[in-house]
Amino acid sequence: MRYLAYVLRRLVATVPVLFGISLIVFFMIHLVPGDPAKTLLGIRATDKAVAALQKSFGLDKPLWEQYLDFMGRLAHGDLGRSFFYNVDASELVSGRLPATLWLVVSATVLALLISVPLAVLAASRRGSALDQVIRAVPLVGLGMPAFWVGIMLVLVFGLKLRLFPVSGFGDDVAGHLRSIVLPALTVALALTPILIRSLRTSMIAVLDSDYVVTARAKGLTHRRIILSHTLRNAAVSSVTVLGVNVAYLVGSTLVVERVFALPGIGTLMLDSIFNRDFAVVQAVTLVFAVMVVAINLLTDLAHAALDPRVELS
Amino acid sequence: MTALLEVHDLNVEIPLSSGRLHAVRGVSLSASAGQAVGLVGESGSGKSLTLRAVMDLLPVPATITGGTIVVNGVDVSRMSAKQRREHLSSAMAMIFQDSLTALNPTMRVGDQVAEVPVRRLGMSRSSARARATELLDQVGIKDPERRYRAYPHELSGGMRQRICIAIALSAEPGLILADEPTTALDVTIQAQVLGVLARLRRDQGVGLVLVTHDLAVISGTCEHLNVMYGGRIVEDGPTGELIHAPRHPYTAALLRSVPDPDLPVHRLLSIAGAPPDLLEAIPGCAFAPRCPAVIDRCTTEQPPLAPIGRMRASACWRAHDHEHWPPDIAEPAAGEMRA
Amino acid sequence: MTTAVGPVARGRGLAARRPLRMNATLAAGLALLGALVLAAVFAPLLTSWDPIEQDLSRSLQDPGNGHLLGTDQLGRDVFARLLYGARTDLRVGALAVLFPFLIGGALGLVAGWRGGWFDLVLMRVVDIVVAIPFFVLVIALVFALGSGTRSIYIAITLVGWVAYARIVRGEVLVAKEQEYALAARASGLPTYRILLRHLLPNVVLQAFVFSMSDIVLSILAIVTLGYLGLGVPQPTPDWGSMIQEGQAFIFTKWYLAAVPGLAVVITGLALALIADGFVHRSGRR
Repeated sequence: MRYLAYVLRRLVATVPVLFGISLIVFFMIHLVPGDPAKTLLGIRATDKAVAALQKSFGLDKPLWEQYLDFMGRLAHGDLGRSFFYNVDASELVSGRLPATLWLVVSATVLALLISVPLAVLAASRRGSALDQVIRAVPLVGLGMPAFWVGIMLVLVFGLKLRLFPVSGFGDDVAGHLRSIVLPALTVALALTPILIRSLRTSMIAVLDSDYVVTARAKGLTHRRIILSHTLRNAAVSSVTVLGVNVAYLVGSTLVVERVFALPGIGTLMLDSIFNRDFAVVQAVTLVFAVMVVAINLLTDLAHAALDPRVELS
Repeated sequence: MTALLEVHDLNVEIPLSSGRLHAVRGVSLSASAGQAVGLVGESGSGKSLTLRAVMDLLPVPATITGGTIVVNGVDVSRMSAKQRREHLSSAMAMIFQDSLTALNPTMRVGDQVAEVPVRRLGMSRSSARARATELLDQVGIKDPERRYRAYPHELSGGMRQRICIAIALSAEPGLILADEPTTALDVTIQAQVLGVLARLRRDQGVGLVLVTHDLAVISGTCEHLNVMYGGRIVEDGPTGELIHAPRHPYTAALLRSVPDPDLPVHRLLSIAGAPPDLLEAIPGCAFAPRCPAVIDRCTTEQPPLAPIGRMRASACWRAHDHEHWPPDIAEPAAGEMRA
Repeated sequence: MTTAVGPVARGRGLAARRPLRMNATLAAGLALLGALVLAAVFAPLLTSWDPIEQDLSRSLQDPGNGHLLGTDQLGRDVFARLLYGARTDLRVGALAVLFPFLIGGALGLVAGWRGGWFDLVLMRVVDIVVAIPFFVLVIALVFALGSGTRSIYIAITLVGWVAYARIVRGEVLVAKEQEYALAARASGLPTYRILLRHLLPNVVLQAFVFSMSDIVLSILAIVTLGYLGLGVPQPTPDWGSMIQEGQAFIFTKWYLAAVPGLAVVITGLALALIADGFVHRSGRR
């Protein structure tokens, strides 16, 4: 019951954030220098196209009226219309969303599979040569451009070893799975340095805490202590760290989709930028942000469920 | 002699998620130039908050909810925040417990002493510098020209506290408010720093309000003493009289808890029981649950701080009846021997 | 009972003026970054090739024959483009951090000090900007503003200030309750003086350390924009566009994409080492 109330409160707390996001996305078009419609369509645009764009964004109306229209359409799930494809942006986005969600989920799983064992290992043998090596990972890893890591993975796994497809998304679930491996690994490798750094610190805090000392005094073996006392804490910290870095995770999918020609909303956004398809760029930005807010909410709820110490009130 | 500082019926509350914590409950006190007033009590008694409230430095979210603070004859609660700051800081200065955190770690100590003269008193840089060096000398810092250029972490704790006193003096205040100024220092250094404060008072007529939990510090420094418990002043009077003949059981208990330097092992006897919960309304005397001399009336009716003889007051129903208190609080020395 | 607090070293200001104690990490980072900056500054002395000049008759040549790293598809010397690319990316990366640092730091300072509605509004704005993925927002903004270096600066500033505002605000909230800040208030000094002389030097270190890793992030952003074709306009050499061009020849000339990426990684490593070294020196984990 208390948990339910907590869920409700967290839900309510996202409302102002969503409202703010809508404002930012709305104002994007007003950052366009000069006459947005003309600038966006380029010099070769016909007067008719410019007029159509102006009308579809309601650029001739006062600002507040434009925003109300924008919000009104959002409320009906209308994300605007792509003038390049001449379909609703929402339709485009929903067609591309599965690939991105696949990527986000599988990258998260891979990132955890890589970083949790490494962090636990480093923390439990603090100061050892192994710890030194693992601690060096973030130093190198944080400076690696995700798209470059993707290209290098293509080089090694796709072209030399011919293990995985290097582009596209396959046609069925098996194809999806095989196609998602390299992109997911790329995103996971971008996330791993951050995860290792925070997890190692929090694991060390756990290992230094009194209850672990108590367990040691009880005569439990090192291995036993790591397994029984720290893994739940590792889970809790992973969820927290993931929650903090959702935006980073989701952001890196954008570029990685491009590298692997994965038909997700990231490639949709980039394509639309080159097509000067403003409504779709706006729509994808909004969807990305809402995705971050939603995942953030989920990690918060998971955290509260996992960790009995979280104040639900 | 007119009082520099007059606090009347001060109330401070802290809103918490679990209710309003009524931390200071109707405290009145006064201090004059050249006079040293002590404010003593356990932590949580409200003594530090009282001092902070006087200087308008209450930590968020604590607020003054009642009473008046009159400084140099002017009620500061009616002033704008800006006026109040100006008025308070020209009349009074404050020194803190931990001299390391009380000094800006990124600024030379001499510049910190010279800062107020330059920024507020409008002195030229060179004369402020000379003034600061002079102040460093006054608080007993050897080789002040050289120390002027030091950073706080390069100095010892005792030296840093002297710097803090010099900073306080640089504003030429009539009154110094000191919040546990010697608690972080060891005993020898403690005595030296207290010596500096005593000398300033004698030579320059600076008044002092000293907040501490340590009766030993108060007894050598202040001629007047206020004992606080549960947000109230429970006893006040001349220090010597209070120490030799306490008229509130809490003062007596506090005296018992002073470590006796003559004993081979320093023993700090604590008073049995827990301090009162200030979130609650307390119907009677706040000390009643821990008081060995408690009577029925104590738990139902709040004893007012009432005069008992010349210049003394006690908030105890049994203040006049002290011969009949249980012997271990009435006779601190006897209690010490039994322990 | 108040217990005596020992002289724990809490002087953690950037300017705590103890002699700049070097540690191996800091020294390694500074040396590496120094080498990169020198290579960028003295690029004309290190190579005689023009990074922009095309020679289609000599395209995609293997390393050697006067071309240390061979030539790209337009016959341009890759090593020269790498060196001149460092000029672009290091300069834009560092400058793109300057404005967020100043703007975010100032806003955080005021918010932390004043509290109240200003703080409330600012932190809500921060929450919102943080909710939108960095790359997504930067790319969308660069698109809206039109490509070019100026748009990159504006986009990164509009997104990047929030981190500094958050860090500085958090530090100020702690610092303003420190006794030295109380003492400064008690002594009646003007607010600007308290903020600039007493609080700022003591809170700026965290922001500075963060700015090191933030430069990495902004270089990554510039390189990513270059890779996506939204970055510094052609033909100015930039590591991101080099990787993008090299990707097409990954089958035959893998180093065309690999080497500029390594340059980014080494830059990131240098800055990460410097940040770690600073944290270590100031005694914070």
